[in-house]
Amino acid sequence: METKKLAIIATKGSLDWAYPPFILSSTAAALGYEVEIFFTFYGLQLLRKKLDLQVTPLGNPGMPMPLGMDKWFPVLGTALPGMQSVMTMMMKKKMADKGVAGLEELRELCQEADVKLIACQMTVDLFDMDSADFIDNIEYAGAARFFEFAGESDICLYI
Amino acid sequence: MADFDDELDASGLNCPLPILRAKKSLTAMDAGKVLHIIATDPGSVKDFEAFSKQTGNELLESREEGGKFHFLIKKS
Repeated sequence: METKKLAIIATKGSLDWAYPPFILSSTAAALGYEVEIFFTFYGLQLLRKKLDLQVTPLGNPGMPMPLGMDKWFPVLGTALPGMQSVMTMMMKKKMADKGVAGLEELRELCQEADVKLIACQMTVDLFDMDSADFIDNIEYAGAARFFEFAGESDICLYI
Repeated sequence: MADFDDELDASGLNCPLPILRAKKSLTAMDAGKVLHIIATDPGSVKDFEAFSKQTGNELLESREEGGKFHFLIKKS
């Protein structure tokens, strides 16, 4: 059986959007896929040693609010100071209660399974990011490097 | 319940952890040995079917008992 390949571009840096790349990659790796993720723009936040990702209800009509809060102050309420940390805390607690893996754990599992993590060099320069802030064993490269793998992939996702 | 060589309790864990843990356990086992997995995630029923199909490790048994899901997977 020829090894299948999964290529992912991860562009988002919020808590909720951090999950899909790591869940899909670790699962695919467990199924024997060869996997590469190209992290660009806000997706680079997912490569930081210390993950401090947030989730916000602001401008997100799909986000469930606790205690029916959205009925009382639909839009303005989500802009209240501190609302973002409250929602981030609640989301993290819910995930832990439901046995959803932590992001660091999933990321480690990906690395253990040889999922290749590639940081977009251009974005690193653009935002003056320091590679010392990123986890070890990642590669720095450009879009051409991504296409080298993506062009041969069986599944290619933009997240 | 048929015999098994190793056991993995993935109770309380959600997708994709049961699959990832199972893969890890299987890696440490010899070919032909059987792993018994216990899970509570209802999604794991279809997931272990798909896992077996795609990795070639045979799913010998899949059943529910008292709200828990039990799987027997034979390492290929």
